[in-house]
Order: sequence, then C-alpha cells, then structure tokens
Amino acid sequence: MEKTELGIGPGIVRFLAGKCLRGVLLLFLVSGAAFWLVSMSPLDPLSANVGQTAMGSMSQEQIEKLQTYWGVGAPPAKRFLSWAGDFFRGDMGVSLLYRQPVARVIRVKLMNSLWLMAAAWVISGAVGFGLGILAGVKKGSAADRVISAYALVTASTPSFWLALVFLMIFAVWLGWFPVGLSVPIGMEAAGVTLADRIWHGFLPALTLSVTGISNIALHTREKMIQVMESDYVLFARARGESTGRIVWQHGVRNILLPALTLQFGSVSEIFGGSILVEQVFSYPGLGQAAVTAGLGSDVPLLLAITVISAAIVFVGNLAADLLYQVVDPRLSRERGRA
Amino acid sequence: MRKDCRTEKQNRGKGCRNRRVFLLCLAALFLMLLAGITLAGIVEADAALTTDFSRKNLAPCLEYPFGTDWMGRDMFVRTLAGLSLSIRIGLLTAGISSVIALGLGITAALGKYADGVIGCMIDVVMGIPHMLLLVLISFAMGKGFWGVVTGISLTHWTSLARLLRAEALQLKESQYVKIAGKLGKGPFYIAWKHMTPHLLPQLLVGVVLMFPHAILHEAGITFLGFGLSPEQPAIGIILSESMSYLSMGRWWLALFPGLLLVLVVIMFHVIGNAAGSVLDPGQAHR
Repeated sequence: MEKTELGIGPGIVRFLAGKCLRGVLLLFLVSGAAFWLVSMSPLDPLSANVGQTAMGSMSQEQIEKLQTYWGVGAPPAKRFLSWAGDFFRGDMGVSLLYRQPVARVIRVKLMNSLWLMAAAWVISGAVGFGLGILAGVKKGSAADRVISAYALVTASTPSFWLALVFLMIFAVWLGWFPVGLSVPIGMEAAGVTLADRIWHGFLPALTLSVTGISNIALHTREKMIQVMESDYVLFARARGESTGRIVWQHGVRNILLPALTLQFGSVSEIFGGSILVEQVFSYPGLGQAAVTAGLGSDVPLLLAITVISAAIVFVGNLAADLLYQVVDPRLSRERGRA
Repeated sequence: MRKDCRTEKQNRGKGCRNRRVFLLCLAALFLMLLAGITLAGIVEADAALTTDFSRKNLAPCLEYPFGTDWMGRDMFVRTLAGLSLSIRIGLLTAGISSVIALGLGITAALGKYADGVIGCMIDVVMGIPHMLLLVLISFAMGKGFWGVVTGISLTHWTSLARLLRAEALQLKESQYVKIAGKLGKGPFYIAWKHMTPHLLPQLLVGVVLMFPHAILHEAGITFLGFGLSPEQPAIGIILSESMSYLSMGRWWLALFPGLLLVLVVIMFHVIGNAAGSVLDPGQAHR
C-alpha cells in the first residue's frame, strides 16, 4: 500500500460534501421517525410522573396546566415542525424531568459517556485486533481455541449481566472499586481529579471492552487466516521471511483497514452497550439519561438523545469511509467512476 | 462461518467430515435441551410465581439449586420460566423479522424506486443505536409485551435484508429469471416461484443466527424496565430485581439466572453455525 498520492483533492471534497448532505438527510429522517414514534405513545405523561393519588387531589385547572406543560393534546405534525425548527437553531427545548435546557443536560451527560465509550472503543479495538491476529496466525493451536471460545462466550453474554458480576466481585466483595457514579458523592465539580474519574469509570469501561472484543477478534482472525493461506504469503515463506515479518508486512497492512471500518461501525453497538452498563453502575451518562427519559416520558430529552446518538453513529461511519478514501489507493482511483 | 470451512478444506476430508458430524450431533443435543427448557418453563409457569415466606432468602442448596428470593420464590423454577419466555419471544420475533427481511430484500432487488426507499429505511434503522431504538419503539407501544415484540421484530431485519437483496440481485441476472420475464411472468410470480426457493437456505441460517441477538436484546430491554411487567418471570426482570440485593451479599439471585441465559445463547450460536454448515450450498460438496 504505497501512499504515493494521498487522494486529497477536489474528488475528496465532493465525496465529503455528498456524505454530509446524506448525513443531514439521514438525521432529518431519524428525527422524523423518532418523533413519529414518541407521538404515537399511549403513555400518559401525567400519570407516569405525577401519580394517580396526586392527580386525584388536584383541581381541574391544575391538571390542565400540567397537561399543557407535558404537551398533551397538541397535533403531532405541528409539534414536529416547531420542534425541528427550534432544534436546528440550537434550541433543544427544556427537559421536563431535569427542568434544565436539554442542551445543558446532554452536554454534561455526553462528556461522562464519551470518556467511557472512547476508552472501551480503543481498548476493545486494540485487544481484539491483537487477539485476532494471534488466533489467525496460529490457527488450530491452543491459543486459537482459547481465543475463539472466549469470543463465542462473550458474544453470548449480556453486557448488563457481566456488569452485575463485576460489580459483585470487585465492588461488593473485594471493595476495590466504587459501586457507582462517575465522581465521588458530595464532591464539588472542581475537586474531581482525573484519578477519581478513572477509578469510577474503570469497571464500566472494562465491561464494555470485554464484550466488545469478540466481534473484532473473530473478524480479524478470519481475515488473517485468509492472508496466511494466500499465495503471496507462501511465496514470502519460500523466500525465507520470518513469521513475524510476514505478519507485519503482509498481514497487518492488509487487514488493518477492514478492521478499522468494522470498529468504526461498532460505535452503535458500544452506545447500546453503554446504555445497559451505565444503568447497572448508575453512571450518569447519556445512556442512563435515555432510560430515565424513556421511563419518565421526558419527550424532548429522549428525542434530543436519539438525534445526538444518530449523529455520533453517522460520524463513526463517515470516519471509516474517509479513512478508506484517503489511505486506500485503489478507491481513490475508482472514485472517478462514482 | 463460511470462511471457516473454506480453510478447513486443508484439514484433510475425513477429519473435517467427522467434525461436521460432531457439530451436528451437538446441535441436535442442544436443540433438545432448549426444547426441554421451553416446555419445562411453560409447565412450571405457575410454580414460578408461588411465594412461600417460610423459605425466603435461602442460599443455593440441594432442594433449591439456585436459592430462593425475598418472597420465597424458587429461583431455579423462575429462571426456567423466564428463559422459556425469552426463547418463545425470540422465536416469534426472529420469525417476523425474517419475513420482513425476505419481503423487503426481494422488493428492493426487483424495483429501482423501491430499492432507494428500502435502502433509506435500512439506513435510518441502523443509524439509531439498537438499544435506543428499542427504547423508542417500546415507548411508542406503551411498553409491555407487545412493545418488546414489535421493537425486536422491527429492528433485526436490516442486515439479513441486505444479504437477501444482494442474492436476489444476482438471481435477477440469471438466465431463467430473465426468460421467465420474457415469457410474461409478473414480478410477484418471479419473486415467489423463482427467487424465494433459492433464498430459503440463507433465510433459515439468518433466522437461527438472529435468535441470540433477539434473546439478548429482549433481556436487555426488559432489564431496563421497558419490557414485560414485573409480575412476569422474565429473565431481564429477575436480573434487574437482583440488583437491589447485590450489596446484601445475595449473589445467587444474579449469578445463576445470568449464567443459564449465557448457556442458552451459546447453544443457539452453535446450532446456528451447524445449520450454516449444512444449508450453505457452497459447502454441500464437502
């Protein structure tokens, strides 16, 4: 893979512009679909949040006031247009449960979650890639069997149960880690150190990484096996190249790109896993906010989280595409066709 | 799994055949075990709800291998009933999902306009993180059993639909499909008579490989509190209830039900791989 021409030219700009246009369209469709879904909901936000007993003791006027607050009875299409218009101007509305602007709630929660997801993304990607190469090169060996079995078991393990087990072992029995939350209780935001954050985020990140490894490891293993059985590796062996050199020169170069694409595509999976894991560790991230919003009928917050997470997933995929366009010379030549 | 076997070609034919027979026997055994769990769960559904305060909070012992909870319910029976419910929901949702995938996959392959619309639908469904979409759909359906079933059915068809679309596009170029078109057969006739039989193997493997995901997502969404109501003995509810008792040292409430869930999903994975190695036409000659 020679990088004689890093295809950064008018072609890549056009490619990027097209992708972004698609992204905007996609986000519009996603928000439309999400809005349609939440407006279909038969759940009554009043009985979910106020409670039957409290409503019984309220006057009719009070109930009507609450109904307008929770948006009961307005036509959905009209609400969607006004919501979408505000949203794209940057006004995401006010969270009904947190009683703060949604943008502020999301900013805080997103920062907490991004730490977690980025750590899990990097760790699971690197470890999975390494294990996959090891298993693929030594196909059939004890190491391969252990790694394949590990991948099968973690692919079958629900991340929230693993989180429960880790919580039981490391937090309750051994007491090494805190039971939950992203920072120590009762501490001011300024006093939180990096060590605190790592200490509190360690178990959630570990859970997400352990379950995330299986996909990338299996994929890398298959690709590595293909490479090791190819003619050019046979030829390299005949020339007397060592296994390490073959893996580095012929293996890694060939499989790194598809593996990266897969890992970028797994952003959606990691996000989904983080919803469950954050719930177990009561880690105040975006996922936990989504669950709270869903259970408490906080429609503005739920919608905003959906759009933000769809944007994150889209950026992940876009990064993978861009990487391909810039690094892979075959694609930059093909681009004239598209 | 297809590539796995391509590489096994090097392993000498005999060993490979033995391995395949072994895999099939294992799959048959697992299938019977799963059927047993499903049936036992249906039969024991009432026993799973029986409360008996004289035996509450027992650690695992011979009589109650998984222990009992704070209401004196036998956790082993509860777990069985929960898994049985999960498996049945998995069967239902994977079935619905695969029918959607088949219909949309073939439609996308046959019509140019439809291809764009269906591609867009796939992008939207895949663009929202899976778990979040499940939360949204469950919210839209007012939570409960049908929220879970609808959610899982409507979110698992995408990758299978893409696969079937690609296959159907290849079939569309084959001679006999073109001749059928020239003979004046309509697209529905071609789709049903000429394409569906060819796509069946992929569809079957796709369904079996969908089970593990469907079951894990069902457990997850129920765990979050969007799924089945708390009276039902669902595995997600068992695990989410156990969370409140972890710090009291009642580890058995979470450990064993989850372990059994993992075993069930592993069994489905093995069955899926075995089904793939039998039904995939590319490997039939081995």
